[in-house]
Amino acid sequence: MNKLTKKIDSAKSKWEKLKDNREPIVYIGAASCGRAAGALDLKEAAKTFFDENKQSARVIEVGCIGPCYLEPLVDIKMPGQPRVSYNNVNAKTLQMILKSHFLNGEPHKKLALGHFGTDDFDGIPRFYDLPMLKPQVRIVLRNCGLIDPEEIDQYLAVDGYKGFMKALKSTPEDVIATVRQAGLRGRGGAGFPTFRKWTVCRESQGEQKYLICNADEGDPGAFMNRSLIESDPHAVLEGMLIAGYAIGASKGIVYIRAEYPLAIERLKRAIGQMREYGLLGKNILGSDFSFEIKIKEGAGAFVCGEETALIGSIEGKRGMPRSRPPFPAIAGLFGAPTIINNVETLGTLPNILRNGAEWYTRFGKEGNRGTKTFSLVGKIRRPGLIEVQLGTTLREIIFDIGGGVQKPFKAIQTGGPSGGCLSEEFLDLTVDYESLASAGSIMGSGGLIVMDEDTCIVDLAKYFLDFTQKESCGKCVPCRVGTKHILEILQKITSGEGTPDDLLALRTLGDTIKKGALCGLGQTAPNPVLTTLRYFRNEYLEHIKDHRCRATVCKPLIEYRVIKEKCTGCQSCVRVCPTGAITGPRSEPHNLDASKCIKCRSCYEVCRYEAIAGDAIVIRTAEIKS
Amino acid sequence: MPEQIRRILGKHGRSPDELIPILQDVQVVFGYLGEPEVKAISRYLRISENQIYGVSSFYAQFRFTEPGRHGIKVCLGTACHVRGGGTLLDSLEHGLGIHCGETTEDKRFDVDRVACLGCCALSPVVQIDRDIYSRMTVNKLTELLKNYE
Repeated sequence: MNKLTKKIDSAKSKWEKLKDNREPIVYIGAASCGRAAGALDLKEAAKTFFDENKQSARVIEVGCIGPCYLEPLVDIKMPGQPRVSYNNVNAKTLQMILKSHFLNGEPHKKLALGHFGTDDFDGIPRFYDLPMLKPQVRIVLRNCGLIDPEEIDQYLAVDGYKGFMKALKSTPEDVIATVRQAGLRGRGGAGFPTFRKWTVCRESQGEQKYLICNADEGDPGAFMNRSLIESDPHAVLEGMLIAGYAIGASKGIVYIRAEYPLAIERLKRAIGQMREYGLLGKNILGSDFSFEIKIKEGAGAFVCGEETALIGSIEGKRGMPRSRPPFPAIAGLFGAPTIINNVETLGTLPNILRNGAEWYTRFGKEGNRGTKTFSLVGKIRRPGLIEVQLGTTLREIIFDIGGGVQKPFKAIQTGGPSGGCLSEEFLDLTVDYESLASAGSIMGSGGLIVMDEDTCIVDLAKYFLDFTQKESCGKCVPCRVGTKHILEILQKITSGEGTPDDLLALRTLGDTIKKGALCGLGQTAPNPVLTTLRYFRNEYLEHIKDHRCRATVCKPLIEYRVIKEKCTGCQSCVRVCPTGAITGPRSEPHNLDASKCIKCRSCYEVCRYEAIAGDAIVIRTAEIKS
Repeated sequence: MPEQIRRILGKHGRSPDELIPILQDVQVVFGYLGEPEVKAISRYLRISENQIYGVSSFYAQFRFTEPGRHGIKVCLGTACHVRGGGTLLDSLEHGLGIHCGETTEDKRFDVDRVACLGCCALSPVVQIDRDIYSRMTVNKLTELLKNYE
């Protein structure tokens, strides 16, 4: 313990120096999304600027602070000034920002987004007062974007591993009791009380017990776990130590998607640092507790997010679920008692242990304590990673935090492909496990996808069923055959060949799969269809009776047309058309041959973005013989 | 046994739970799972080639044909879907004359769909080799491919 205390002291003084910096610091948000938006090029550009202008500064890569729509984000911290954040930075604005700070000695007020100081600073708003940030409560994400995820010292300086050290000083039973008192429920989606699972495992017989961190974030449209691991890997690893100690496990495994290379890299580095600091291995910090953590990369199968399938996959088998009981807490990995906790559940633990259960119960509402992270995406003005108290309404999330929708709001899908699609009347529903379930949806792992009138509801249901059908492992008949059947009916409807009887068939199939499927994947797979049938029945009927897709999404029901009066004859669309369907001499209205058109949207895009084009190409309901 | 596969096997133990990590390493080095490699793994882990095929065909990550020089992955996560990821894939398949999971004749590109790359806020996204491109359009993608030979 002494050795670590010394390291913590030195980490703290290093941190103070960073906060009270003499040398300017440039922070670049370089999680996957920042990188996709060009963050690494900015890092190079900044270095070039410093070389050319004989300036020096420390450049630090940090994780994701949440508002993805502002990426890439660059923060500048000049000595004696608060850290100032700039959004959507490109090569040109970076030059302006650096010039302003380094050569003129002041922030670029026009481009600045917010600052991290406590007081007023040059009329720039506080970062946490920004409309997207203000309603949020950041517990799990407290360090994301603020500390360097590759430096254990920075984590230690912000009270990292303090929760674990507190746990070590009490008995495992006390740790379980604290988590019980805090009311923490599994953040992977089902919301099972964490302490209950732990107690079963703790009381199970067995020399060897395992703790698995489920980072197989397979929901399309969800990236909370990826962001957390990329931005604050030690928080999750500390949570693993706490959980491992509580249940009596000596081996921990992180099961993570191979599609997340950066997260894997950061985890590996963090595990190495833990070992160096004596936080892994035999008799950690002089206690009786020994723990090792290994990383297992998933190989791309959505069903492996299910506990028993995940275990199968780690054992080197096809990742197929088996029936329960026995539950993994009694007989799991290699037949030993095993606890599988979600990344976010683990990331929450250090906070609960550090601040106490009573503190945690101040957030959320009765039965649904604490906060939940969501990835808020789709047709929303301010997409990103957010964290809110349980019990916040969908309206607050979509409109206050997300800034609303550009076109009229249509629906929100919670819980990814296993969840449901909720219509406008549910906007005042509070986000908690029970309320969402009562509306036919689920909390799920935290993907929130917002849709506007340009999204076709039937197409969306088809999309989710296409996904679950492909990911169905094929073991049980209701899921294997049932999802295929639903998908075929939906394909029929989106082609304009559906009949009213199909809707009844969808209901019957959906209910049967829900009751009969072996695992969570199958049991929840019909949710998108059942909820859309319930809340958007009219849209199904329009497809069936009028052969009309009001969102102009379903390809067999739409056609592309050139409005002759608007066409400027600029030939931009002629150049991009891959099939030669559009023809016409310059300066004369063009022709579109519908028989050649593959509806690829190239011409439509060009016609909207090119300055000389006249928005002449439109997509509209096709005239179909009924 | 060729040196490369020997080196991979040497890094792993012989218990059955090593199978997936071995397959992953083989795919990193060879780009796909070829017959000679599968035979070598089968002997090393003492499990049948059929079993290996059973496991590897279950997971989306593994491929059994030679990949192209550049791998294009179109993200079809929900956020990308509602913002036109499917249309991107359609036009890409049409433009290259191949389907998902196939390689162009000149071995320049192979195309795959992925469930989610986790950059949902920047959708639709396309990954080419290790680079992720955000807010793609059909025309931007066509231009982009010209940079890859």
